[in-house]
Amino acid sequence: MRELDELIAASPVFAGLSSAHLKTIAGCGINEHRSAGESLFREGSPADRFFLIRTGAVALEVEAPGRGTLVVETFHSGDVVGWSWLFAPYRWQFDGRTIEPTGLVAFDGVCLRGKCEADHELGYQLMKRFASAIVQRLQATRLQLLDVYGHVPVG
Amino acid sequence: MSRSAEARTTVSGDLGRGPMVPTAFAVSGKRRETADTWTLELEPPAGEGFAFVPGQFTMLSAFGTGEVPISISGDPGAEGTLVHTVRAVGLATQAICDALPGEVLSVRGPFGRAWPVQEIEGADVLIVAGGIGLAPLRPAILALLAGRERHGRLMLIYGARSPDQLLYAAELEEWAARGLTVVVSVDSAGPEWLGHVGVAPQLVRRELADPRALDTGSAVALLCGPEVMMRFAVSALAERGVAADRVYASMERNMQCGIGHCGHCQLGPTLVCRDGPVYRWSELAQWLAIREL
Repeated sequence: MRELDELIAASPVFAGLSSAHLKTIAGCGINEHRSAGESLFREGSPADRFFLIRTGAVALEVEAPGRGTLVVETFHSGDVVGWSWLFAPYRWQFDGRTIEPTGLVAFDGVCLRGKCEADHELGYQLMKRFASAIVQRLQATRLQLLDVYGHVPVG
Repeated sequence: MSRSAEARTTVSGDLGRGPMVPTAFAVSGKRRETADTWTLELEPPAGEGFAFVPGQFTMLSAFGTGEVPISISGDPGAEGTLVHTVRAVGLATQAICDALPGEVLSVRGPFGRAWPVQEIEGADVLIVAGGIGLAPLRPAILALLAGRERHGRLMLIYGARSPDQLLYAAELEEWAARGLTVVVSVDSAGPEWLGHVGVAPQLVRRELADPRALDTGSAVALLCGPEVMMRFAVSALAERGVAADRVYASMERNMQCGIGHCGHCQLGPTLVCRDGPVYRWSELAQWLAIREL
């Protein structure tokens, strides 16, 4: 059976980290298995964890009055879900729900924040990787906002 | 760009009358794809056939409402019937969508250069479609599947606005069963949608991160959709190692004559109706970077 640090090393967000840093991060993580339809986190609740999806899928949702539940984005194998644990006020901004049976590594964000404070090189490496993921999602969100498939009246 | 630099398959579009003379095709079948999009089957006059290659378009018109360029969405292996998938976005396209079986539409064509279906035999192929952009790619998909054994791995990444805007929903499953990996994503959805939510370029980045998906060092990509989506998709492809000279895109401009005479569809030194609509991205990128064009 593979150790947790080996498992997370294969994920794009942790790729290239030193083995010492991988072991430190893995020390804050545990394997979890969730059924389809389980809530992982709720908007406004403390964001003290984040997740690496090994198998399955997670939907990021928002409850819109009059429109019901809207799926903002889905995440799949290899994706990291959650960056609210990194930034004050450490609250989830959306709901997270598994949409199929899902295998995750769940990380204790409070534990990892503490380790980043104690080891700034680890903190810098993690911040670089999360910033890159955030930029990609920001660009994707901008494209979503453009509504490129909608009909634009001419003239 | 030199046309002779890449002589891709075309089919002459004059039906024996000259390319500016329309032919009356009768609507023989009609299927609703989404709230505003219809697929129409059109029959040429008795005794006349209709042949085309994937990627070509016709100038289509319901009489009295003006002509519009519409890509052919039918099966190139099923000669004789012309199939178009049309989204009603204005007077001309609404009139075409309103045409009933037995009524007649005016057709000129086919025109334009094709997807390089034969030229890319042996390679892995990634097809990236956005919205109504799946329609011009459908003939290429059907041709690739008809010669499935001659191609490497085939993948379709299809982005749409929402689940109710997906074209050819029933066919997507059939294509998957015939050896095409189909990955569908929508920009927004309700909780009943269990597929991907997110933009197509992000899906390109994600799917190609897995080296088992395609050989990105030799794979060919065929793109059709909103130009913004295609630009972002090309960036994602480049990040994953698919070079611009292995990317083909179908472009849309103001095509009017269809034969390179009127100049309305000029894009740099090229005319989209004659030199396109399918271009190699490496030939196109320099012109797309000039905003005035």
